[in-house]
Amino acid sequence: MHKYYLTHLQELESEAIYVIREVMAQFDRPAILFSGGKDSIVVTHLARKAFWPAKIPMPLIHIDTGHNFPETMEFRDKLVDNLGVQLIVGSVQESINKGRAVEESGINASRNELQIVSLLDTIEHHKIDAAIGGARRDEEKARSKERFFSHRDEFGQWDPKNQRPELWNIFNGRKRMGEHFRVFPISNWTEMDIWNYILQENIAIPSLYFAHNREAVYRDGTWLPASAFLMLRDGETIENKLMRFRTLGDITITGGIESDADTLEKIVAEVSATRSTERGNRSDDKRSDTSMEDRKKQGYF
Amino acid sequence: MELLRFTTAGSVDDGKSTLIGRLLYDSKSIFEDQMAAVKQSSERKGLQHIDLSLLTDGLRSEREQGITIDVAYRYFATPKRKFIIADTPGHIQYTRNMVTGASTANVALVLIDARKGVVEQTCRHSFIASLLKIPHIIVCINKMDLVDYSEEVFNKVVEQYNDFAGKIDVTDIRYIPVSALDGDNVVNDSVNMSWYKGTSLLHTLESIHIGSDENHVDARFPVQTVIRPHAAEYHDYRGYAGRIAGGIFKPGDKITVLPSGLTSAIKSIDTFSGPVEEAFAPMSVSITLEDDIDVSRGDMIVKDDSEPQVSQDIDVMLCWMGTKGPRPGAKYHLKNTTREVMAIIKEVYYKLDINTMEKLENAGDIKMNEMARVRLRTTQPVVFDEYRKNRVTGSLILVDETSNETVAAGTIL
Repeated sequence: MHKYYLTHLQELESEAIYVIREVMAQFDRPAILFSGGKDSIVVTHLARKAFWPAKIPMPLIHIDTGHNFPETMEFRDKLVDNLGVQLIVGSVQESINKGRAVEESGINASRNELQIVSLLDTIEHHKIDAAIGGARRDEEKARSKERFFSHRDEFGQWDPKNQRPELWNIFNGRKRMGEHFRVFPISNWTEMDIWNYILQENIAIPSLYFAHNREAVYRDGTWLPASAFLMLRDGETIENKLMRFRTLGDITITGGIESDADTLEKIVAEVSATRSTERGNRSDDKRSDTSMEDRKKQGYF
Repeated sequence: MELLRFTTAGSVDDGKSTLIGRLLYDSKSIFEDQMAAVKQSSERKGLQHIDLSLLTDGLRSEREQGITIDVAYRYFATPKRKFIIADTPGHIQYTRNMVTGASTANVALVLIDARKGVVEQTCRHSFIASLLKIPHIIVCINKMDLVDYSEEVFNKVVEQYNDFAGKIDVTDIRYIPVSALDGDNVVNDSVNMSWYKGTSLLHTLESIHIGSDENHVDARFPVQTVIRPHAAEYHDYRGYAGRIAGGIFKPGDKITVLPSGLTSAIKSIDTFSGPVEEAFAPMSVSITLEDDIDVSRGDMIVKDDSEPQVSQDIDVMLCWMGTKGPRPGAKYHLKNTTREVMAIIKEVYYKLDINTMEKLENAGDIKMNEMARVRLRTTQPVVFDEYRKNRVTGSLILVDETSNETVAAGTIL
């Protein structure tokens, strides 16, 4: 093999570090959107590499739906502490209290869409001009056409038909007052790349990703975790299952899979053998063919 | 495992979506729930077969109109390589989208319908690939099942393409007879074309040598930002952060900072995992220097044995992407590597017809999706190489001063 050659993970890492450094250089008040999920953990890890030996020179933003896995919150606080970075929390409960958002009702009620209001309010309140996210193009079809530097108008909206062309590695972050950018450094990574990278770098992730026993109910092809927010339908029963999560979001919409993968090596093996996408367990994406596009236009992650 | 980026373009009926669908499906990169969704949508639309283009056309308006509007990025991997496909539409705003898809590609996949042979779109796509200096072209002669898998038909199309390719600047061209519909020579070798002695498309993509596509001769390091930790243990640390755009850097190398011309030597090349003995494109690193000199974003650190050009007058092949053409006397933000200066279009030499490859002099104003050779004049010097020598330091974009839109992309001549 050629001596001057990078593996695909090294090249993806270098690309992501380049993008994160461009954000620092082109914007005044950037931030990292941190959900506690593996993708935002990888982005945070990359940001640490990008600015080392300095600390990550921007805050993490967490949009708190109030319906969290306790493990995610613990993990978040420990990480923020270790990195010595500022944490900004945008609260969906607060948005509801202020009348900025209205709680959904019914059996499948979730605060997933309400996050949009809290996210945009937080971005506006802290005058964030670039929000770095962990979205990947392989996740969902609307995301396959997303740019690295994605322009949002003064209402925080995405116009997929009118995106700026993006060529080579030249990123155009110019904008008017009140507009902002979403930036996706790991656009070109797949779920497999993420797991291989977590394994290669030995990155700490919440215990929820590993197989564990949990009370859950089987609904729409996935195991929804029992919680104070879960309403049972007629005929549904709570079972104790050995399971793990492939993605992490709000506890009300994140379904788990039956699995005994309790190490990173086993997870990598499981993911490479699996025949369904990770978002197949996310009820927020099942609402319609274009539900991701519709939410993204309004300002979703 | 290496990363290979390839671009493809085609119209609705030449089987491009089917070919991509086939690559993804046969390499087991399509998941069951994605397939189920596509199958369901196909049935809802009353189609007899599963429409694989639904995998790539994700936007609401694309699904409504049944066309691809924008470049879509697709991913698949084999045990040998990871692939990124920039899938560009053949009709709508084809120049803008093809140029975008081609800008980062190592390989261009050109599709030809065996029954039709070389058509205008074949030439257009190939010409753009040559302008954007994609090092390798793979010509897939598709729908071989409809011409009885005839070697004669294949040879005729190869000859046709060869005649045309003599006029463009591409060195590595390969030809593969395929049937995307049935999968012949896509992933698996065809049993219907034993006369074909080459390898399947996937095997070709896996084995094509891309290691020498990067310029490892002329050392270029555009500075993105300066890292200054406010911590006691790194009190005097000044690291110049960036991604190497060419050549090989080592501690001890004598360097020049451009455009200032200040000189120093490399003290260390740092990464999070520790200092490295050498660094090459496209690594992201931080460089520290022996001397405390003025270096900031937009400067380029180069080695003394080969210097790039530094000038305020640049000859460029522009692809205009803005909806409105350039206004007379308009100023643009020019972005080249990490450097940003103001620029005006001083002279238009000619427009280029990408269908006939003709140079059109005095052909009027530049419009969207047109290409033109121009001279730019900048307020400050730009540090660059010819695009054919280095695709990173030789490329630029123009950003409109008032709308902030990216209105043009240029390759430096």
